[in-house]
Amino acid sequence: MDKILMPIFEHDIAPRFDLATEVIIVELDEHKKIKNQKTIVMPHASAEELCALILKEDINVVLCNGIEDEYYQYLRWKKIKVYDSIMDSYNNALNAYILGEKLGG
Amino acid sequence: MSIINSTNAWVHGVFPQKISFVHLMDNLPIGVVLLSRERRVVYINSAMEGLTGFERSQVLGKKCAHFLRGNQCMIGCPLAQLENERESLVFEGNIIDHNRQKIETRHTLARLVDASGETQGYIEVVEDLRTIKRAGRQEIRTEFLGNILGNCPEMQKVFSLVPVIGQTDSSVLITGETGTGKDLLAEAIHQHSPRAKGPFIKVNCGALPETLLESELFGHKKGAFTGATQDKPGWFKLANNGTLFLTEIGDLPLSLQVKLLTFLDDKVIYPLGSTKGVQVNVRVIAATHRNLEEMVRLGTFRQDLLFRLNVIRVHLPPLRERGDDVRLLLYHFLNQFSEELKKDVHTFSPQALNVLLNYTYPGNVRELRNIVEYALAICDGNQIGLEHLPAYLRTSSEPALSPLNNLNHPSLVDSGTDSGTEAKPKTWSDMEKEMILKALVEAGGKKALAAKRLGWGRSTLWRKMKKYNLD
Repeated sequence: MDKILMPIFEHDIAPRFDLATEVIIVELDEHKKIKNQKTIVMPHASAEELCALILKEDINVVLCNGIEDEYYQYLRWKKIKVYDSIMDSYNNALNAYILGEKLGG
Repeated sequence: MSIINSTNAWVHGVFPQKISFVHLMDNLPIGVVLLSRERRVVYINSAMEGLTGFERSQVLGKKCAHFLRGNQCMIGCPLAQLENERESLVFEGNIIDHNRQKIETRHTLARLVDASGETQGYIEVVEDLRTIKRAGRQEIRTEFLGNILGNCPEMQKVFSLVPVIGQTDSSVLITGETGTGKDLLAEAIHQHSPRAKGPFIKVNCGALPETLLESELFGHKKGAFTGATQDKPGWFKLANNGTLFLTEIGDLPLSLQVKLLTFLDDKVIYPLGSTKGVQVNVRVIAATHRNLEEMVRLGTFRQDLLFRLNVIRVHLPPLRERGDDVRLLLYHFLNQFSEELKKDVHTFSPQALNVLLNYTYPGNVRELRNIVEYALAICDGNQIGLEHLPAYLRTSSEPALSPLNNLNHPSLVDSGTDSGTEAKPKTWSDMEKEMILKALVEAGGKKALAAKRLGWGRSTLWRKMKKYNLD
């Protein structure tokens, strides 16, 4: 079962991880069907706080676009799969992930 | 969306004959992106590929904000201001490139209009401000070149050589012990050369495994190996019209030494999986702390490559041979860190200064900088005293010895001091490791709290814990 976090900006994956103030968290069941979905609005943008949220929520997949290497490596070290450079809407990104298609650059 | 390439895009009406649009754009030394009315990428030039690390094919048709990843894009698209208010707009900000590095940038935006004044698209020019900002922060009144400081005759000689070297296009080999400023010198040479507006790309030859390094340096064609799903230009191509700085050249595997030699001979690179060479205009600067002549004797470095790289050789002297530069650098870093850490510390006590001036600095300027940073971080008064210096500097009244002396600096080991009888001296790393452990113990093992106590972000604590194998 995957628990996916996507920092978003309007209908898209947010161009910047560190500047996103809204995230969508999606839980998939064992058949990769959406079991649960919620949106969290953060009081302000902070890459540190976003990392803390990811750990607190037991996220195991992050779909994002521009992310600084420090945070990317940190999340990877925490055994979280990070797909970055995703230049698309969050719906398309999620569908691509569910279908096992190539994500990001 | 139409694809712009060298066969279908032309500029009419400027010269008697139409000229190639792609050729015009790719020869500009500055990043340019063309956007449609819908703010999607129509074209990026080669300099923009070098700046962002994205290839043209990866970003065509993408939303501008998704490609550039600028901080301004998240606040409110600057292009919106162009719609109603003005023809062009200039602002500073930052972007995140494909390699996940944040780059300070200056953006110039303008509308592209047709004969009737209707907006048909936009042009955005992006300048890399990293070197300009770094130079702007330099305030000390002394002889400096880029970020290198020094008044001693040896450094003056190096400074006087740099503009001359900059004007030639020959390969340069920079030698010197670790921490002497080889990277800064390479950048200074680039900045003083006609290639200054072009890219300066640094590659650490010792940081990547051989197969990956070959692909990173020379690029690859789609299908060249498993996982090569698309063409990759490689650092040589991205450094076109600029400088490629190969640091730790002594760590370059022999097989790649041959490829580098081929490039230095005919300025052509052969991407992995391609039989067709690509002509690139790149100046190579190499650096190493190793003795390449010795490596040639041992058969681990090619003699012909050494000859090619050795066209111009610059040696950076170790700090212990730079006389009063130690004092200059001590005060320079003290002032710099005081400003950064917002502290009012501008002097050393006589005892502390005595120890610092008599220390031999096997880690050179980098070690001196770390010592000052550490001392300032723990100093709670308005003067750096003996008690603020790292323990390994104050354990003895004799000139202090760093553990580095025992490793690979024979000239220092031969100082007549029996370092084996003393307790093992502490390095900056030891001290930092201790600080981390202490903070973790005090925080009851909670990393978030420990990071807060240390005044670091969680990821900084994580990075340093990983560095010291504390995870």
